[in-house]
Amino acid sequence: MSELPLRSEPALTAEADRAGASSGERIRHITAVGITEWLDRHSGRLFVLPAVLLILSFSIFPLIISAWLSLSRFKLVTTGFELKYIGLANFRKLLFGSQQFHFLGTFTEISPFGGLIMLAGFGAIAWTLYRYLASGSISVLGLIGRLIAFSLLGGIVLMFGTTIGGKSQIGSLSTTIFYVTAGVAVQFLIGMGLAFLCSQKIAGRSFFRVVFFIPLMVTPVGIAYTFRMLADMKFGPFAPLWSAMGLGQFAWAANPWSARWVVVIGDSWQWIPFVFIVMLAAFESQPRDEVEAAELDGASPLQIFRDITWPSVAPVAATVVLIRVIEAFKMVDLPNVLTNGGPGIASESLTLHAFMEWRALNLGGSAAIAYSLLFVSTILCVAFFNLIVQPMRRERA
Amino acid sequence: MKLFEPAKLGSMAPASKLIIYGLLGLWTFIVLFPLYWLIVTSVKLPIHVADGPVYLPFVDYTPSLHAWRYIFVDLGRDTFRPYLNSVIVAVLSSILAVGAGSMAAYALSRLEFRPRLISIGLFILGVAGTVVAVTLAGVNWRVAAAAGLALTLIVIRAARGVPSPELGNSDILFWMISQRILPPVVAAIPIYVMFQQVGMLDTHFALIVTYTTVNLPIVVWLMYDFFSTVPKDLEESAELDGASRFRVFFEIVLPLAKPGLVATSLLVLILAWNEYLLALFLSTANAQTIPILVAAQNATRGPQWWYMSVLIIIMILPVILLTLLLQRFIAKGLLLGAVKG
Repeated sequence: MSELPLRSEPALTAEADRAGASSGERIRHITAVGITEWLDRHSGRLFVLPAVLLILSFSIFPLIISAWLSLSRFKLVTTGFELKYIGLANFRKLLFGSQQFHFLGTFTEISPFGGLIMLAGFGAIAWTLYRYLASGSISVLGLIGRLIAFSLLGGIVLMFGTTIGGKSQIGSLSTTIFYVTAGVAVQFLIGMGLAFLCSQKIAGRSFFRVVFFIPLMVTPVGIAYTFRMLADMKFGPFAPLWSAMGLGQFAWAANPWSARWVVVIGDSWQWIPFVFIVMLAAFESQPRDEVEAAELDGASPLQIFRDITWPSVAPVAATVVLIRVIEAFKMVDLPNVLTNGGPGIASESLTLHAFMEWRALNLGGSAAIAYSLLFVSTILCVAFFNLIVQPMRRERA
Repeated sequence: MKLFEPAKLGSMAPASKLIIYGLLGLWTFIVLFPLYWLIVTSVKLPIHVADGPVYLPFVDYTPSLHAWRYIFVDLGRDTFRPYLNSVIVAVLSSILAVGAGSMAAYALSRLEFRPRLISIGLFILGVAGTVVAVTLAGVNWRVAAAAGLALTLIVIRAARGVPSPELGNSDILFWMISQRILPPVVAAIPIYVMFQQVGMLDTHFALIVTYTTVNLPIVVWLMYDFFSTVPKDLEESAELDGASRFRVFFEIVLPLAKPGLVATSLLVLILAWNEYLLALFLSTANAQTIPILVAAQNATRGPQWWYMSVLIIIMILPVILLTLLLQRFIAKGLLLGAVKG
């Protein structure tokens, strides 16, 4: 048992006494009493052991193998398989080589929209960095963390700006980032709006609460198929509407952006309830008396929301967004079933991209994509936590 | 957002009340319509779909149970086996995850652990060395694992005197929770290779162990919060009476934490039931779960929506029933995790 680097400190005196007594009488170790005592003395470790062992062997251990796989070429041979170390070749292929179009996208021309995105993105990064440097409270760790996060963000902005619109095409990394930003934005705004409405003094709140909760737990694969039926332009329930609008011949599955938006809509249907439930609890626990006092003073609803309600729910809101961002980076069921990643590769998320490579038995390339996803999502989530969630909590506290 | 704001105070004038009910009603429709559409589609004949949409059974068309009969009687076994697989895998993995997770959460909330950084580093080095030995040098994996484990243990023992920074409970907790950030696809490929090496692909065991691990962090996170709110007096007096920590845990702590256990178990059960990616990697035929069966219809009967609807209904029905019955519990679990995160 001692391969685990855990040492339990007996916290209670009774336990310490027993431990001391039994170390004096080693002979008792072999008796039944000794065994129960040993069990009891090590109960702390034994309690944590199964969980630690499982997590070690099914996530740390695979993480190491995955890193190894991403640096090698996988080949099936008659005796099984063969791994050949090829350094960073898998990553080079994704970033600069033959798989660049799939991962980053194709760079043919910069569209006006892309230029606008770059302008806004770089402007925002520069401004945030400037504000930090001007704030006077700079630490080495904070600076390094910001530099890493902002250079990654800058790279993403550059990639988006140069591959979006025109004749260019975005790759699976951009598609994933689109799912994360567009999906979480839609879910947060609608979920918070509904929670806000439901927190008003109206009848039937518990009914809405139960109904709105339903989609959260529905199997994503089922949602994907249901939305495929609903979105069908010819046989779906809204077909008369589409043909009245002259869209009867339009195939959303053949257009990259409509395919991506259908995925976002399906994902939002599922996840708006999560934002709704958490934000509803936040709204309901906001200081009632402050709101009522402001009402008596004649403050406008807008002012009350901005000055009282929002500051009190902001930390929770930031946490909800963080949880959603973490989960949205892993999206795979919806694009796989809803659009099968199509048209072409247009709606492939990174996880789906890695899965496709794995199915083509390119395990090295697959692991390299998975690791890239790990890097991007971890850096962005940690940055979001440290730069947005933590300050908001501190402000509130 | 701005659209909704004016409705907020307005001292509940009839107009703003109307707007609120209108919006909430609209959302109720958006939530329920897809489910309604599933039900009416499942009793349609092919002709009712092919001629454009019809909406109301008995009014627009005469419903037929042909799709239900096909899925339950004609396909029978092919439907029930994945269904049974899903039940087995979801239930067993939830029990294991809640068991192991709440034990760990309890210990972390009551005892102090101080793992040494150097031991952890040595352990990871040992694992990496074993992996290299197996993949590069082609050592038999059983030999390599045994030798690696023994060597690591000896080195860790030998390094006992070496001074090293120590970690605390919060670090262990953070480490476990941070597993959620890990995209499952990173672990899925090696887990696939691992099970392939030991010849256990496409078995219940592989899925159960994997799901247990994937859901452990959630259990630890939620149950840690729950145990922190359970008063310690009872346990301490039981300890003084000489009860072992195991008895204290099973006879005093667990019954007190029952609401938390129910909430956590349900959440984990539903997550395991819905899981798709790992099942896609680990199961092909024997251990195929119901989401995989439904997703596989893609190729074989894409536009045969009546069958699809039946399959989706039987897949999501248990989950929706659970959600409706126990909504309060699940919401409590979600709130704990989300707000305190």
